[in-house]
Order: sequence, then C-alpha cells, then structure tokens
Amino acid sequence: MRAVLSLSKLRSQFVRDVEEISGEDLLACNQCGKCSAGCPVAAAMDMLPSQVIRMAQLGMTEVLQSRTIWICASCLTCVTRCPKGVDLPRLMEALREISLRAGASEIDLNRLPPDLVRELPQLAIVGGFRKYIK
Amino acid sequence: MKVPYYPGCTLSTKAKGYDRSGRAVAAALGMELVELPDWQCCGATFPLATDNSMALIAPTRVLYQAEQAGEQVAALCAICYHVLKRTQTALERDPAMRDRINWFTEQEYRGRVRVVHLLELLRDGLGWEELSRRVVRPLTGLRAAPYYGCLLLRPYDEIGLDNPEAPTILHDLLRALGAEPVDFPYSTECCGSYLTVKDPTVSETLSRDIVASARKHGAQVLVTACPLCQFNLDWPQRETEFGRTGDEIPVVYFTQLMAVALGLPEEDWGAEGMYTDPRPLLRQWAGGGDA
Repeated sequence: MRAVLSLSKLRSQFVRDVEEISGEDLLACNQCGKCSAGCPVAAAMDMLPSQVIRMAQLGMTEVLQSRTIWICASCLTCVTRCPKGVDLPRLMEALREISLRAGASEIDLNRLPPDLVRELPQLAIVGGFRKYIK
Repeated sequence: MKVPYYPGCTLSTKAKGYDRSGRAVAAALGMELVELPDWQCCGATFPLATDNSMALIAPTRVLYQAEQAGEQVAALCAICYHVLKRTQTALERDPAMRDRINWFTEQEYRGRVRVVHLLELLRDGLGWEELSRRVVRPLTGLRAAPYYGCLLLRPYDEIGLDNPEAPTILHDLLRALGAEPVDFPYSTECCGSYLTVKDPTVSETLSRDIVASARKHGAQVLVTACPLCQFNLDWPQRETEFGRTGDEIPVVYFTQLMAVALGLPEEDWGAEGMYTDPRPLLRQWAGGGDA
C-alpha cells in the first residue's frame, strides 16, 4: 500500500480526536506486536491491531475503513499484556466513535436473523446496539 | 446474612436458571440475596470513550439504588459485575465526574457501595474449606472445564477479582465441590461477546474452538459465570435441521453445579431450556433424590 506521510497529518485533528476520545497517548505504542499476537479475533480482521495503532499514529484516516475496528470485541486481552500500558480497546472505541458520530451504523436491524434475535440474551442486544449503532 | 442483589436484565429473562440457582445456593449457605427494590439495566457496556459520560448514568443509578440498600451489592452476571465495578472505580478516581452525573440524575451517589461477585463472597466470606464441608453430594470424578471469559477478570486494575491471565477462583470452587477442574488453553479466551449480534459467524468460530478445546482436554461440562458466554458457547451446539453431532458438551453456570453438590432439588438447578441439556449428566451426581 502506498502511503503519503506528512507533518500536518501527524499533528492533524484526527490524531487529536483519537487521543482525546480514548484518553490514550498514541505514541506510547512502540509497535512490539504483542496485542496482535494474542488477539483472539485477529483471524477475522483485515488488519492487525498493532497496524491499526500505527496508522492512527501516522494520522492515516484510511484506518476508519478497516474492518478491524468493528471486529475488536473489547475482550481486553491486549490491555492485560501491553508492556507500554496502552489501552488499545479504548483506541478502537475512539475510532468506532469517530465513525459512528459521522453517521456510520454497523448493524442493519432489518437483516438480523429472526431465529437468533428470538434467542439472544438481552444484554447482547443492549450491548451490541450501544457498541455498533448511534 | 442478607446481601443486596442486582440481577440485571438477562437474569430476569433469558438466564432465569442462573438467577434461580444463584439465589438457591446462596440461601443454602446462609446468604439471602435480596433483590434491590427498584433497579434498572446497567447498560451492558462500560463506555471506553472518555468523553461519553452519558453511558455512566445508568450504572451510576444502579450504584445509587444499591447504596440505599447497604454497603455492598452482589451480582451474578459477569457483565453487570464488570460494568458496575468499573463505574464504581471510575467515579472513585474521578470525583468531578461523579458530581457531574449526580447533578444530572439528581441523586446523591456518595461512592460508598462495594460491588462484589457471588464468587468473591464465597471465596473471601465463606471460604473454600467451609464450602466443601457443606457439600453433601460431592461431584467426584466430574471433569469440569472452568471458562472465565473476559469481563469477569479484565481489566485487572479496575476489577481485581483474580489473576487475569491465570485465574484460579473457578478452579478452587470446583475443587471445593469435589469436581476435577480441567485445564485447557482457552479458559480466558474471548467468546466473541457482543459480536454475536453483528457478526455471529465470527463469535461462533471462537466459541466452537473453545468448546472443542475443552472437549479435547477431557471436559464433560464447561462452567461459566457469564450469561453471554453461556449463550455464545451453547448456541452453536443447538439442535439444527441436521440434528446433533453427538460431541456437544453442556455449558452450565457455576451455581448450577453448586446446587447439585449442595443437594438441592432439581427445580433449584434452573437447568431447563438450555440448548445442550446438562441434566442427564448432573443427575448422575444428584443421587436418588433423597437429599
């Protein structure tokens, strides 16, 4: 993939938004990859969790197109293992929030399988809707 | 001893068996779980966005309701426990946020209530030795795989229930009941959580791996403390138009195994309506029904 880096991108509003919403310091991550190595849903992602941080560090808004931010289940395995104390699920949430606040919606209510909806525990519906719809 | 209790939405609807067995085993051990007189949903997610104080309102209302009832509030649902405990911690560390939410709700939550899980009351209050003395039907020979999942343990600095990578609380409980805890590598892996609403195939893949690993390590049953884990692990094992594979293993709540071991009647197990019926297995340890 071809990427253009610039100082204005590194200090862009996007980077500030991610840091403000998440409360995390993006540059604290030194790209060791431990989060990606232990992520239980990495196989379903189009981009590894550590790559998502790297793109966010560099101010690449293309990261918002990645499926990874929606696949992260906030299981907090990476938080437990990060040697730099980066709360990656908070960064993922910030990226989701930026998309949701711009109008994205990840669940199409009309396409939820009825047999599943009948059976789903209430907390899955409440939690899922809060996480994936604005 | 009376303990204020927050059941939460799922234990009042789809996971009634967890509520039933939880109340029954607590009562058998001298703890009465007293449901909060007035409660609402905790919101089922802890907000990870720091600028989203709105999502803290629902759990703070629950904490306020709990504070009126006593010094602590017990939960069974791992997600309610997670959300309430993290909210309690967050507002303790950020009094300005607490004031802001109190201003909005017009309720004075003072931050003095302690959120506990029933597992904590068993370990720190009753103790495993005392629990094993109360067992009348030891689950000798039952190979049970403790499945902790995520939200019961993580993040450690806010929840602090047990080691987030190598927990033992369910293992110790199973030993106290006389069962044999089965170690397997997926014990603290994620079941997919809310992904089951958005990407059921992803969460089903995770769940099938967890169940397959437990089976491979010789487990006869999976044991959980979370109604969403229970659903995510059990649902993919349901009977479909293709029948069943014969490889299913039941996924039960720890309270259900306790109910059997404490000799409680079958209606207190709350084990009906699960996709993989655990009762044929559990009846082997329940004896002739004379307990």
